[in-house]
Amino acid sequence: MTHATGLKYLKNGCLPLMWCPGCGHGITLGNMLRAFEELDFTNENTVVVTGIGCWGKADDYLVTNALHTTHGRALAFATGVKAYNPKLNVVVLMGDGDGVTIGGNHFIHAARRNIDLTAIIVNNYNYGMTGGQVSATTPSDRRTSTTVYGNPERELDVCALAEAAGANYVARGTVYHGWDLKNLIKEGLSKKGFSLVEVVSPCPTHFGRNNNMKVAVKMLNWLKEKGVTKEKYAQLTDSQKDGYFIIGKLVDRDAPDYNTRYEEIRARAMGS
Amino acid sequence: MERETRLVQGNQAIAEGAIYAGARFYAGYPITPSSEIAEECSKLLPKVGGVYMQMEDEIASIAAMVGASLAGAKSFTATSGPGFSLMQENLGLAVMGEVPCVIINVQRAGPSTGLATKPAQSDVMQVRWGRHGDQSIIALSPATVEECFTLTVKAFNFAEKYRVPVVLAADEIVAHMRENLSYPAPGELEIVDRKKPSVSPEEYKPFLPEDDDIAPLAAYGSEYVFHVTSSMHGYDGYSNNNPANAEWRVAQLHRKIERYRDEIVMTKTFDTEDMDILLIAFGATTRAARAAALQAREMGIKAGVLQLLTIWPFPDKEIAALGPRIKTVVVPEMNYSGQVAGEVQRVLGPNIEIRRVNRYNGTIITPKDILKVINKE
Repeated sequence: MTHATGLKYLKNGCLPLMWCPGCGHGITLGNMLRAFEELDFTNENTVVVTGIGCWGKADDYLVTNALHTTHGRALAFATGVKAYNPKLNVVVLMGDGDGVTIGGNHFIHAARRNIDLTAIIVNNYNYGMTGGQVSATTPSDRRTSTTVYGNPERELDVCALAEAAGANYVARGTVYHGWDLKNLIKEGLSKKGFSLVEVVSPCPTHFGRNNNMKVAVKMLNWLKEKGVTKEKYAQLTDSQKDGYFIIGKLVDRDAPDYNTRYEEIRARAMGS
Repeated sequence: MERETRLVQGNQAIAEGAIYAGARFYAGYPITPSSEIAEECSKLLPKVGGVYMQMEDEIASIAAMVGASLAGAKSFTATSGPGFSLMQENLGLAVMGEVPCVIINVQRAGPSTGLATKPAQSDVMQVRWGRHGDQSIIALSPATVEECFTLTVKAFNFAEKYRVPVVLAADEIVAHMRENLSYPAPGELEIVDRKKPSVSPEEYKPFLPEDDDIAPLAAYGSEYVFHVTSSMHGYDGYSNNNPANAEWRVAQLHRKIERYRDEIVMTKTFDTEDMDILLIAFGATTRAARAAALQAREMGIKAGVLQLLTIWPFPDKEIAALGPRIKTVVVPEMNYSGQVAGEVQRVLGPNIEIRRVNRYNGTIITPKDILKVINKE
């Protein structure tokens, strides 16, 4: 059996990618493209919408349709694409700063509308592109270039937010668990309604350097150790849970998506 | 075909004009005094197979509009000053990505929340210069309910023809005014659709202009696959930071509007043949200016009116052409700073007297206000 490589979606001659050594974005991109291939996505029926940040540069490497947008607003642009043409596979790539800090409002409402988009939010706990500043997902007390004495704020749980707002599918993976990540992305892409796959990913250049994990291997080991299944997580005592996070599928439900509901309403309007 | 005539509000005429022009996607956020446009669209668009969406804010509204346009829809949004301020960044994206779309800004009195239900014409410069980065914009301004309809159709035509966002800068007076509107019959007004690519999908470059300076635009989901980015890009739509490319691109974004300025700039003249004094007005203030000019003539003062239907690009040529006939110009506008008066002065030079009539308290400029200034010696 041959495995999908996803290479056919990659722009010729773009390797090596711009991302730093040890960055997880290449792994996420590779797994996303393998998922595309396994699902027979075509360049014509796929639109990749990106925001601003290191991960938001991913469209530069793709030969699918793409729309590279302003900081925090990718989901809103994607909403317009999908609402007008429900046949398209619309995939939205954002980082933690882009997707849930500046873009938090759009994230909540895209999930609430349950619009059939797949958001792949790569969470590396800081603003990598601008030099490692604190974001809404930076854990409390962690050091970044703007919280040099420790982060006084609490972190946001992206998956819990998506679940509360109404997403049909929510999963968390890491770039260490690559094969599982591909399958989670694939499941998210296949799911009708709003899907979120949060990808916990290393930024050795900034977050790692500021938090005693300057070496990329150390960051991967950290993901390997801290990313655990729901079952394992449940076995931990409250004091042990600190720093650990659940990986795998968290939410899977079948509420009608926005376009399905809109079609129903539109039929009512046309009949009136 | 016989026209149907109905008594309608300016905002309703805007919504109906948009649908007449072929608009099939609206995304917006409620704000006085533009909300009736959203309400009309929510009723009318589903009936014609279109999509109405109320978004979480104005930033998302303009973003969704751009996304829908790239998926092939004629799309638009409507707002007022505070919402228009929020839209500026993504309006810049529409300029950079050459995305056809229409933004209705029903102007109200500021600054900030200001007099939220009262009219103003104080966004003239925000419309032109409100975004970061150097760029050009087309903006139209209606003075009657009929013009709300016809200029909205024009706005879509310009957007589609030149692959640009177009702003309809209305004001609270004209938007909330009710007048008889004689509806153009289907097919009566020219409707322009964006130019589609004629090359093979492999050869298609979404940002390579043809001889007419306009690049054809495909739609997501068609056989043509394409990239659009807010960043500096080459013909193929991929990022390109080369200085020569950036220089060419920025100039091109201006050039395509400059090239067609004679088609874009629309003005109307009233009694300008034998005038001594010229009133230059736009939007609802045009109505007071015309009444004032007629009253002035009854008093023996030869006044004429130039109405600016297009406010950007500014009608330099049209104003300059009238310059030799007059010594005095009166510019009434509902703002403090004389945003249009300053432009008129720039065009006519320091030797012509520009008399300003400014109101910025949320009340309308009356013919009497203008007459007082005409009579001032």
